[in-house]
Amino acid sequence: MSEVQEYTFVDFKSALNVRWCPGCGDHAILNTVQKAMAELQLKPEEVVVVSGIGCSSRFTYYMSTFGFHTIHGRGSAIASGVKVARPDLKVWHITGDGDALAIGGNHFIHTVRRNVDLNIILFNNQIYGLTKGQYSPTSKHGFVSKSSPFGTVEQPFRPGELTLGARGHFFARTIDRELKLCVDVFKAADRFEGTSVVEVLQNCVIFNDKTHQAITDKEFKDDRTILLEHGKPMIFGKNRDKGLMLEGLTLKVVQLGVNGVEEKDLLVHDAECTDSTMHLKLATMEYPEFPVALGVIRSVKGAVYNRDVEAQIQEVQQNSPVKSFRDLATRGNVWEVK
Amino acid sequence: MKDQNVMGKSSKVIEVDKIAVRFSGDSGDGMQLTGTLFSQTSAVYGNDISTFPDFPADIRAPQGTIGGVSGFQVHFGQGVSTPGDLTDVLVAMNPAALKANVRFMKPGGTIILDVDSFDTKGLEKAGYKTDDPIAEDQLDGYNLIKAPITTLTKESVKELDLDNKSVLRSKNMFALGLVYWLFNRPIAHTQAYIKTKFGKNPAIMQANLLVLQAGFDYGNNIQAMTPSYHVSPSENRKGIYRNLNGNIAAAWGLLLASEKSGLPLFLGSYPITPATEILQELAARKDLGVKVFQAEDEIAGVCTAIGASYSGALGVTSTSGPGLALKTEAIGLAVMAELPLVVVNVQRGGPSTGLPTKTEQSDLLQALFGRNGESPVVVMAASTPVNCFDYAFYAAKIALEHMIPVILLTDGFLANGTQQWRVPDEGDFPAIEVPRTRQKPGEFQPYLRNEDKLNRDWVVPGMKGYEHRIGGLEKDAVSGNISHDGPNHHLMVSLRQQKLERVAHFVPALEVVGDASADLLVVGWGGTFGHLFAAVEALNKEGRKVALAHFNYINPLPLNTAELLGRYKKIVVCELNMGQFAGFLRMKHPQFSYEQFNKVEGQPFTVQELKEQFVKLMEA
Ligand SMILES: Cc1ncc(C[n+]2csc(CCOP(=O)(O)OP(=O)(O)O)c2C)c(N)n1
Ligand code: SF4
Ligand SMILES: [Mg+2]
Repeated sequence: MSEVQEYTFVDFKSALNVRWCPGCGDHAILNTVQKAMAELQLKPEEVVVVSGIGCSSRFTYYMSTFGFHTIHGRGSAIASGVKVARPDLKVWHITGDGDALAIGGNHFIHTVRRNVDLNIILFNNQIYGLTKGQYSPTSKHGFVSKSSPFGTVEQPFRPGELTLGARGHFFARTIDRELKLCVDVFKAADRFEGTSVVEVLQNCVIFNDKTHQAITDKEFKDDRTILLEHGKPMIFGKNRDKGLMLEGLTLKVVQLGVNGVEEKDLLVHDAECTDSTMHLKLATMEYPEFPVALGVIRSVKGAVYNRDVEAQIQEVQQNSPVKSFRDLATRGNVWEVK
Repeated sequence: MKDQNVMGKSSKVIEVDKIAVRFSGDSGDGMQLTGTLFSQTSAVYGNDISTFPDFPADIRAPQGTIGGVSGFQVHFGQGVSTPGDLTDVLVAMNPAALKANVRFMKPGGTIILDVDSFDTKGLEKAGYKTDDPIAEDQLDGYNLIKAPITTLTKESVKELDLDNKSVLRSKNMFALGLVYWLFNRPIAHTQAYIKTKFGKNPAIMQANLLVLQAGFDYGNNIQAMTPSYHVSPSENRKGIYRNLNGNIAAAWGLLLASEKSGLPLFLGSYPITPATEILQELAARKDLGVKVFQAEDEIAGVCTAIGASYSGALGVTSTSGPGLALKTEAIGLAVMAELPLVVVNVQRGGPSTGLPTKTEQSDLLQALFGRNGESPVVVMAASTPVNCFDYAFYAAKIALEHMIPVILLTDGFLANGTQQWRVPDEGDFPAIEVPRTRQKPGEFQPYLRNEDKLNRDWVVPGMKGYEHRIGGLEKDAVSGNISHDGPNHHLMVSLRQQKLERVAHFVPALEVVGDASADLLVVGWGGTFGHLFAAVEALNKEGRKVALAHFNYINPLPLNTAELLGRYKKIVVCELNMGQFAGFLRMKHPQFSYEQFNKVEGQPFTVQELKEQFVKLMEA
């Protein structure tokens, strides 16, 4: 690149040693977030990273920006407070599947509903890493873990479905080891004004190794995932020979060239469509019936909480005679003792 | 009793220095408004006032039943410090109101009844067994004004083309007019109110004005039978005055703190009785740039406030007991991160949902100790409705200057009670100076402490060269990095406690009111001040040697606490709980012995019961 770059990814690294287990997917996410910030030329002093509690939430300490490592599940509320109080800041919220969707589920859905301008990076390893291996709200039904020795008897949340159910405006999915995709998606999340939820399929080598392997492994990834790009047809497969079509109200995987199916018959991704029906279908596709959707699935402009707060204050202030505390206190039902 | 010329007519007038009136009726009868208007007129006239609304817990209890009775007591005159134990005048708009409130009557007082509502059905609903409530409740010794309020209300607006419902809605103005007559009060202030309030609806405005006048005239016409009262104004300091309740006062104290510190005010809150009004008042203060975040729950309420505080605002959360319980963990985070935070807790009857609309002081130990770990926070308490303003201001000042969470305790009694309040002058409150850093960029150490307060510097995002990470994990006392070292943890726990204790050097010394050589020291804290003060004052007048030490600063206690307690032979700690402050004093100053007087009936103390108790203790 020819233009002068003020910051490189190194400028976003703190002096602390990164203490995640070797081979943990978190390392790659950290590096790609730093790379994305450098490519976006964010100023470290204007970035605030707010995290909850979990292995993933240690992230904050490894950044050279402002950072607040908070309490379990409440990070999105604290991040909302930061952003609403200081809309000039870039606020990133780092969270885990337990942090965001179990203890913090209430704050997560309400943050998404309000569409506060935050980048929420949700590390989904389908396990509680920090507490050493209990099942999480995203663990598959029947999942055997330390706290479910006979398999779970509960159904998992699908973060994309939950985000859209909470009227989310931005949802993207990526995989820890897909470095370029991570950088692209993080940049898109930052550029989007509103709550951007990015689900990162993250591998916990210690307590849930290979949980995403069926779709993330180099060997099958191209056949088992689909990268969605706005305005482009939904094609996937190692040989770019498969695609998605709509049959009635359901999605269907088709083979290009078979039964006369051509590229022009395939669905074209529209991430900006206000109606979330298609986004929901795409976000909930699961292997083996479907390829798992990656990339920006939904990115729809809407009213942004923090922006509207500022606008309302401005409007009221323009029309109000009350400019100071004394103005307020000496108005209305008052009398004077002389 | 002396004769005096009132409004051109001769009548009997009783001179008194203070008097209490209780307006009561069905919750739809507008008694809260009636009481508020009356107290405003009294305050404008120059009386001290203290008010106490007594609402039913159910929003819509069946009409005409005891459960649906809504009351509003106004105490006014000179040197008023409580809403009054008992009332001199009772307005009862229906039989249920009479039945529910006779127990608050002073013997021989005046009762104004709407006789129209005392029909068989009304009496039955109120639970009267006979059709003679006067005999049944033994009210013969009282001065009864049996006014046909409903009939006369209808009569006075018959020229207007109004539906029956709107007519009946203005009944309260008749009662108000009548009470104005009884107290020689001009109706002009209320007339002005009606004109602005109903300006858009001329028929309703007209009706209210006519009915108000009709009530006043009715009093004038029946004066031969009834004495009226003269209550002189107090000598008040020059200035602009208004009436304020404890919740609005607390909200406004925070507004002044925001102005004095130059920091924007951010409130994160979730509605809960009796604290909701703080949220509502501040939500209306966009004109002063306040940001209010109505959160999904109390946890998010405090968390957004912490986020705002982290990023440089005055972060505040408001709640009541059950909500404070939910905020516990997050307050601990603010303790650990050493961030300023103000938590206003308006106490109500507990535990659990308890008595949501009633007052109590039972969150003291929760405020002091209700967190995991060694987690000291400043705890302070307002003691009158209007000094909720002062203590909210000082809570913010301490939080911001000492970088520490402060829990301000008020209660349902203070929150809903009103008093007249003098708008402070510019110099009445000090500046607030937050600890901005003098460290150099690139070398910033977030947990380096300042010598005087042991606080850390407040650096907010956006300051280049000061980027740093903080959080709930223990940190190294020097570098601020995460530390799991045992001795370092011990040091940090001690430092946070010492930082709290330093606050005592910045708060006023405890003062004693009443007899300096008293045999009995009454100790109280928070919202019981008015009643304790009135009881001690009355006993002093009777020549009894009793004094009062009332605490507004609880953690840390004022520096002179032990010295002061040590001067008295006998100490009694009075609280609306089972002895929480007494227990705290025993823990902090075990060298003294403490008697207790406790009550948890959802109601304030009465001056009478306090006096009896104190006399008993002095004679024991
Ligand atoms: C109030 C509270 N409850 C429980 C815990 C214990 N705890 C810490 S992290 C965690 C789960 C973390 O799982 P996740 O959010 O998926 O993060 P990961 O470690 O997998 O990155 C739990 C249960 C805590 N710190 N605080
Ligand atoms: S336990 Fe799992 S999630 Fe946590 S650091 Fe190790 S590999 Fe990563
Ligand atoms: Mg996890």
